[in-house]
Amino acid sequence: MSDLEMAATTELGTHAADTPPAGATPPPKTRSLAADAWYDLRRNWIFWVAAALVVLVILMAVVPGLFSGADPTACNTRRQFAGPSGGAILGYDFQGCDVFSRTVHGARASVLVGLFAVLLTGVIGLVFGMLAGYFGGWLDALLSRVVDVVLGIPLLLAAIVLSKRLAADRQGSGIATVVIVLGILGWTTAARVMRSSVLTARSQDYVAAARMLGAGPLRIMWRHILPNALAPFIVVLTITLGTFIATEATLSFLNIGLRPPAISWGIDIATAGKHVREAAMPLIAPSLFLTLTVLAFIMLGDAIRDAFDPKLRR
Amino acid sequence: MARYIIRRLLQMVVTFIGTTFVVYALMFANQNDPLQALAGDRPVSDNVRQVLTEQYHLNEPFLVQYGYYMQGLLTGDLGRTLTGRPIGDVMSDAWPNTIKLALLALFFATLFGITAGLVAGLRRGSIFDNTTLALTLVVVGLPIIVLAPIAQLVFGVKLGWFPTTAGARPSLYGLILPALVLGAASTATMMRLTRASVAENVRADYVRTARAKGLSARRVVAVHVLRNSLIPVITLIGVDLGTLMAGAIVTEGVFNIPGVGSKLLLGIQTEDGPLVVGFVSVLVIVFLVTNLLVDLLYAVLDPRIRYE
Repeated sequence: MSDLEMAATTELGTHAADTPPAGATPPPKTRSLAADAWYDLRRNWIFWVAAALVVLVILMAVVPGLFSGADPTACNTRRQFAGPSGGAILGYDFQGCDVFSRTVHGARASVLVGLFAVLLTGVIGLVFGMLAGYFGGWLDALLSRVVDVVLGIPLLLAAIVLSKRLAADRQGSGIATVVIVLGILGWTTAARVMRSSVLTARSQDYVAAARMLGAGPLRIMWRHILPNALAPFIVVLTITLGTFIATEATLSFLNIGLRPPAISWGIDIATAGKHVREAAMPLIAPSLFLTLTVLAFIMLGDAIRDAFDPKLRR
Repeated sequence: MARYIIRRLLQMVVTFIGTTFVVYALMFANQNDPLQALAGDRPVSDNVRQVLTEQYHLNEPFLVQYGYYMQGLLTGDLGRTLTGRPIGDVMSDAWPNTIKLALLALFFATLFGITAGLVAGLRRGSIFDNTTLALTLVVVGLPIIVLAPIAQLVFGVKLGWFPTTAGARPSLYGLILPALVLGAASTATMMRLTRASVAENVRADYVRTARAKGLSARRVVAVHVLRNSLIPVITLIGVDLGTLMAGAIVTEGVFNIPGVGSKLLLGIQTEDGPLVVGFVSVLVIVFLVTNLLVDLLYAVLDPRIRYE
């Protein structure tokens, strides 16, 4: 990733820094780390591709009607596996539903699950990482052991057990179940990253200064440590969002995630996979969209991380 | 070294108790009536209910049940599935297929990942380097539920190079495509790690010294660069095992391989609590032990690491 970026920027010429392209304002002499990162990011084509994809997916989730006017639930088995037509540009699937429309409408569940699960992960990771990093000592040892235990169970194995348990008590689409499962199991990396940034920030002079001025632990954590520990945390959460969307699709694929009233790429891939000999498009369309969405979030996170990494700056 | 091993072992015991407890609690805490789930729609008579309840300790407090389960796990007795088959038997039937699949996947991942990583690391910025990097990025982002059916479609159905499903007694040839699918993500990460570590080591002082001594380029690369670059890659094998297990569930399902993953999936779908907990516990133990071995191996391979 970083090297792709390097390759991309060296192609632009090493003079880009002193002779900025027309339209871009020359960088001011002193810049904050964030401004520096933004300056790097603006010249990284991978960032723009990923950002465009993310915007596209979110747009699809919010207003699917913009992309496809057809109703994804208006299915008719008489046109099972019918080829592409003016109404359905990708043809029809096993149930006789419009493949393109279903694929577009599938974005909503993925984005919803991803966003809410990441929010939950973020809250848990923030609290755990902040407490462990700031107070240290026995609390750190205890919390780190909890992280070890959760990390000791491979994510999908635990998700299988947990979602099976939760799903038994719930009705409906199952979105809440998947969000809880992913949130409970996926916060460990975020917590570790938060803890290590808090550890670095805690020993800085400005924290000592704030403490001497009489600031309490809560104020120090919120006003002084958090803003300085946030960047790597957000990067991890962006990448986690991508993996969560993939995991949601996997759970739905295994029949323990979202349930049929909800439209999910995972469910459609599972159904289409069984009938792949009859028609390939119902498998290819959701697969492509799922892959692009997951890739977009991972690439976005990677690009931001590279921009914030001073080691990569020349 | 001995102190490190002991500390690491103690850590593992804590993690082990924690993980098994979590898995057990998740599966059994205030669950629906498992006996009814076993019987399906038919009513369960009171006599049968009483016998089964006592047999499975369903009327005991939760912690006592967990105690029974741990006792069984430590003595190698995993109990019986709700259909009455010893779980150990189900497992010993399934393991050979999964181990074959996993070893094959690991073999492909190491072969392709390390070779490509070495070449890319030695020729940074070349076309080969940039292409493989872009490729690995795509592969890492490719969920296995996309990769497995698409590979089946392209190489099994359309091109017909490999059998589409492996069947009850999978041949080695039938396992090649599933293994490539399963190992794809590991190949990509292994390639990136090897590349990064080779690129760093080529500039190391000892490599310059080796060159200055007049050693052949081949010897410098094979003995000095590659061997030192493989240390972080070994850790990855341990970490990747979790991904491999998760992938095995999907891959075995798609290619119809009668392994641990597909048995586990079947257990989940039939609400066979004992089977799921037994399988997951064993998988977690395999995961923990492998990671312990990898950590120890790491300390042996790199004398700079002593973890004091």
